[in-house]
Amino acid sequence: MSTGKSRLAAVTGHRLFWPVVVLVVLLAANAAYRPSFLAVEVKNGHLYGSLIDILRLSAPLVLVALGMSLVIATGGIDLSVGSVVAVSGAVACLHISERPDQNNVAGVLTALAVAFGIALLLGAWNGVLVSVIGIQPIIATLILMVAGRGLAQLVTSGQIITINSGPYRTIGVGHLLTLPFAIIVALAVTVALAVLTRRTALGMIIEAVGGNAEASRLAGIRSRRIIFLVYVVSAACAAVAGFMMTANVSSADGNAAGLWVELDAILAVVIGGTSLAGGRFFLSGTIVGALIIQTLTTSVYAMNISPQTALLFKAVVVIVVCLIQAPAFRARIRTRFRRRPATPVAPTVVEKQKEQVAA
Amino acid sequence: MSRMGNAITRRGFVTVVAAGLLATGLAACGNSDTGDDAGDGNGKIVLGFSQVGAESGWRTANTNSIKESAAAAGIELKFDDAQQKQENQIKAIRNFIQQKVDVIAFSPVVESGWDTVLKEAKDAGIPVILTDRSVDSADKSLYQTFIGSDFVKEGRLSGEWLVEQTKNATGPVNIVELQGTTGSAPANDRKKGFAEAIAANPNLKIIASQTGDFTRAGGKAVMEQFLKANPKIDVLFAHNDDMGLGALEAITAAGKVPGKDITIITIDAVKDGMQALADGRFNFIAECSPLLGDQLMELVKKVHAGESVPARVETEETTFTQEQAKAALPNRKY
Repeated sequence: MSTGKSRLAAVTGHRLFWPVVVLVVLLAANAAYRPSFLAVEVKNGHLYGSLIDILRLSAPLVLVALGMSLVIATGGIDLSVGSVVAVSGAVACLHISERPDQNNVAGVLTALAVAFGIALLLGAWNGVLVSVIGIQPIIATLILMVAGRGLAQLVTSGQIITINSGPYRTIGVGHLLTLPFAIIVALAVTVALAVLTRRTALGMIIEAVGGNAEASRLAGIRSRRIIFLVYVVSAACAAVAGFMMTANVSSADGNAAGLWVELDAILAVVIGGTSLAGGRFFLSGTIVGALIIQTLTTSVYAMNISPQTALLFKAVVVIVVCLIQAPAFRARIRTRFRRRPATPVAPTVVEKQKEQVAA
Repeated sequence: MSRMGNAITRRGFVTVVAAGLLATGLAACGNSDTGDDAGDGNGKIVLGFSQVGAESGWRTANTNSIKESAAAAGIELKFDDAQQKQENQIKAIRNFIQQKVDVIAFSPVVESGWDTVLKEAKDAGIPVILTDRSVDSADKSLYQTFIGSDFVKEGRLSGEWLVEQTKNATGPVNIVELQGTTGSAPANDRKKGFAEAIAANPNLKIIASQTGDFTRAGGKAVMEQFLKANPKIDVLFAHNDDMGLGALEAITAAGKVPGKDITIITIDAVKDGMQALADGRFNFIAECSPLLGDQLMELVKKVHAGESVPARVETEETTFTQEQAKAALPNRKY
């Protein structure tokens, strides 16, 4: 019996347990409101349903949040991702709109390459400001957050650029093997990042830099190079997200594309259990966090919660997730409900764990 | 979701302040073109105009209309772009007062906080005209008139067209609504006007209403869920063209034909929206016209001559059906 209990404790103690519970509860609430919410049917040879919508719409946020996880793991933060989304989408759409044949695959690929290159430059700019010049990340990326949106509006001349390009649309709404293409792209990037960071030493090195950049440098890690790298990766992820978002509606809106996505991404990272202090990151947690955020948004539409109360509804759910994610809060709740002699031990154990994490 | 993030940390507050400082610094550089001396005695009326910014194609068309009409009417225009900042706009108005322009017009960035600077203009004897957006000053003598669109009327015209179209309907007509940004004046007023108009026919019923934030992506995401939650949707009413254009994609993806299976009504009449209407994918658009330049210049001449003008002037606007859109499309300016 005691092994059963400890196994249960191992499951409930897993850092993904509570976010997944919240996600399941949200989906269950939707299913209770409208049973067909969970239904997935095949329409025109594609999977079709609210669950597929959630996966497809969360794909750009997943990408941005993955890049953000790595930046936050180094103790930094990247506020400019929303602007990079807008710039990359705007540049790609502008290039395509200027082509005589918008359905030319080579032309679309060129546009993607140019936009991606510009995004890498923007990421490198952030990287240089933080790692070489040593500006605090929140200030360094703030510059691009403000200026980048202006840049996007400059590229689009303040207009919404509408394009009519089949190949470009595919990125946002196309299908491959019955699945939306965007989901496959997000999956591929996730696997690539997971392999790079967890099958090689890179992930540990990033965490070491985030834990203590100076100590890791003394230990032989080129911490500046690592910090530079994560900002470039973050911008690259944001660029792909920008392609998805603009392809989704076949138009580039310099004002609205990727607006506030940096905040959603940071939230996804935090819900996923990554500490803003840096030193650790959990890609799987980030993905669950992004799915929760998108499920929340879709639930508001699906359950037709009035827009006036929607923000409050979201706020309450997010606060609940963040609270039950916190070991200190759970320990306090437990001591309230369980009045046994063993009680005083619990908080000290938690405190020890916290110390370990902090170290 | 994202708006909550604004309050996340104190760092967030610092961010906002720093962003404000940065933008102010940038904006200050752009104001130098209003520095030369006005009223140089060549007999022309001098109009100082402060625009909100250049945030959309609608606004660009608005700016161009004012510039062209001023040139055509022989009025000297001192144009200032406030870049979405009230302090820039107040600074610009004070500049206009110092330069002793004949008339001041502006589109207020926000509703409140104008009493002091408007009082200064009044004391200097310079008449003020508000365009496109209003202010909440209790003292109506601070400005001569307000010219702009009537959002309630736009919603009402949309609703009245629908009532006319469905007058022979025997069963219920299910309407879904895509609202603009929650709390914004166009969203509130268009919703109100539409609801008032469709009350004339009890068969017309709004079964779902959500905000799409005036964006295509928002309109699409909301419409996707509307379509899954409601098997029978007859009419879509979108508070602007862009949300309607986003919804088109969702409707097509759901295997329905926009404009036929679902009747689509929108507001604005920007180019892409008019194209969709001419192509038969939209059914009706109530115009929200940015082209108020000519009417504004008329008012400028009148208040300069000391004639009385009505306190509220509506922009000349129309509505478009599919046939009218086909005819009007080649001549559209925006």
